[in-house]
Amino acid sequence: MGMLQEQVTPLPAGEREPAVAGKKRALFRLRRSWQLYVLMALPFLYLIIFKYIPMYGAQIAFRDYIVTKGIWGSNWVGLKHFERFVHSYDFWRITKNTLLLSLYNLVASFPFPILLALGLNYMRNGIFKKSVQMVTYAPHFISVVVMIGIVKELLDPRSGIVNQVISWFGFAPIDFLSKPGLFKTIYVTTDIWQHIGFNCIIFIAALSSIDPAQHEAAVMDGASKLQRMFHVDLPGIMPIAVILLILNTGHVLDVGFEKVLLLQNPLNLKTGEIIDTYVYKVGLASQVANYSYSTAINLFKSVINLILLISVNKIAQRTQHGSLW
Amino acid sequence: METAFKNESLPDRIFTVVNYVLITILFLLILYPLIYVVSSSFSSSQAVVSGEVLLWPVNPTLEGYRAVFQYKLVWSGFVNSVIYTALGTLVNVFMTVLAAYPLSRKDFFGKNVFMVLFMFTTMFTGGLIPTYLLVKDLGMLNSIWAMILPGALTVWNVIITRTYFQMTIPDELLEAAQLDGCDDFRFVWKMVLPVSGPIIAVIALYYGAANWNSYFNALIYLKDQDMYPLQLVLKDILISNDVDTTVFSGDPADAARREALRVLLKYSLIVVTTVPLLIVYPFVQKYFVKGVMIGSLKG
Repeated sequence: MGMLQEQVTPLPAGEREPAVAGKKRALFRLRRSWQLYVLMALPFLYLIIFKYIPMYGAQIAFRDYIVTKGIWGSNWVGLKHFERFVHSYDFWRITKNTLLLSLYNLVASFPFPILLALGLNYMRNGIFKKSVQMVTYAPHFISVVVMIGIVKELLDPRSGIVNQVISWFGFAPIDFLSKPGLFKTIYVTTDIWQHIGFNCIIFIAALSSIDPAQHEAAVMDGASKLQRMFHVDLPGIMPIAVILLILNTGHVLDVGFEKVLLLQNPLNLKTGEIIDTYVYKVGLASQVANYSYSTAINLFKSVINLILLISVNKIAQRTQHGSLW
Repeated sequence: METAFKNESLPDRIFTVVNYVLITILFLLILYPLIYVVSSSFSSSQAVVSGEVLLWPVNPTLEGYRAVFQYKLVWSGFVNSVIYTALGTLVNVFMTVLAAYPLSRKDFFGKNVFMVLFMFTTMFTGGLIPTYLLVKDLGMLNSIWAMILPGALTVWNVIITRTYFQMTIPDELLEAAQLDGCDDFRFVWKMVLPVSGPIIAVIALYYGAANWNSYFNALIYLKDQDMYPLQLVLKDILISNDVDTTVFSGDPADAARREALRVLLKYSLIVVTTVPLLIVYPFVQKYFVKGVMIGSLKG
């Protein structure tokens, strides 16, 4: 214990920043906080093993991976797999699906949490407001599997409630999930249903931090609630909205992969196949798993995503809404 | 916002009314599917199949739940899920605190290097196949380790926790403790953890919900059906429609009834698997909200 004490006891105020050259000072700081490194050891090990080793392993995209030869023994083939993907019939179809689905989701689901937050902000703090919040947050915690299970039951052509209603009006039932044209809409609508409440929390927080004096001043000037909403509340939450939008744009290619996989069926695959599900099918779910080809497709996506994220962040810095990191 | 309705000007009254109407519609739209699922699960299978259930249960029975309890895979799935979730969340929280505390310290030499290493993994990953091959090479396929270790921590939660530490633990406290001869290990154990109840609740709940709800890791890493977590069992039943109806009754003449039970079983299953989360949820709702707020602060 004696030695420990010596290391952690801070120096007297005047000498706390010893005037020694950088190297010596670095060593001093290293020694003084060795316990912090011990604490960091396990997480760091995790990061290296489960995050960085797979990044290193992604080189099989440039090799012809053969299980018996391992990553190292397999031959280099350069960009063969990337070329194969770019020239394949599936390339445009799944790239287009991925982009369209995520853009649609980005644009359509973005305004709803903001609108809900604005609306809730003008409600009295009563039981009804509390219930609205509780019920709208709840679907966020339903698993994807259950979520899609519910969707399937509700939209079922025979027993689903939606088709019951449709048939009351004398129309023929629609098999929603087998219509390629409806895939994206079902995905986006259910996404809004599931996350609108939870995503609005952050805007409610932003609204509550707006200086009340601004509202009072607006009232003095005779502003109605609607005018206050447009001229006080909306500008007040704009910075956080922009940051979130930017953040989402950076991950534009990461559509909810698990959800898409569950929503797919052979009939809606034309519009429902995205890069991530394709990677899974080529790499793991297929009879003849092609690890290298699958990794190449994934790498293609990751690189584009990274470029997007960095450029979007650059734009954010320019527009002075603050950078993300 | 607190002004009484009757004192409001006309435009404000219209605004208030429209606002309440719109929010009520949204409220009902979100609530209805939930009620419908619960009501269906308590209705007779015939009523569900013929679409008689609209709002309240029709011919209330517990048929569906009986079917759920007869289904052995649901039981083993439930037990597995509890184990994976409990153990996984424990590891998650432990690892997250370990990483977050040093990162919260201004005087942690090399902090920025670690931050960059952490953040980079949120932007770029090796991808599905290299990760799968790693898990396979480590011999973790078809074992409980594959359910717990690959997702041992989430960078986002590390950041939230770190920010919380920075906000709640003043430098003076650390300095005072150090003057008293307290080292970092003891400081974490005696000072940091006791004041971190709220943040640990938040991340435990985030991780817990994620663990309970995850199915994809199980889908790719597990082979034995008796190791499946509940979500994977559910996937087979709800999505792939893969139900072994013979467990309900061995009598082939019962085909129609079994078919109806198949539909009913789904609704009851949805309720049974979601209820654990929804029971916990109202009690911890405020913590979730807190977590979002902390997460939204830039640090």
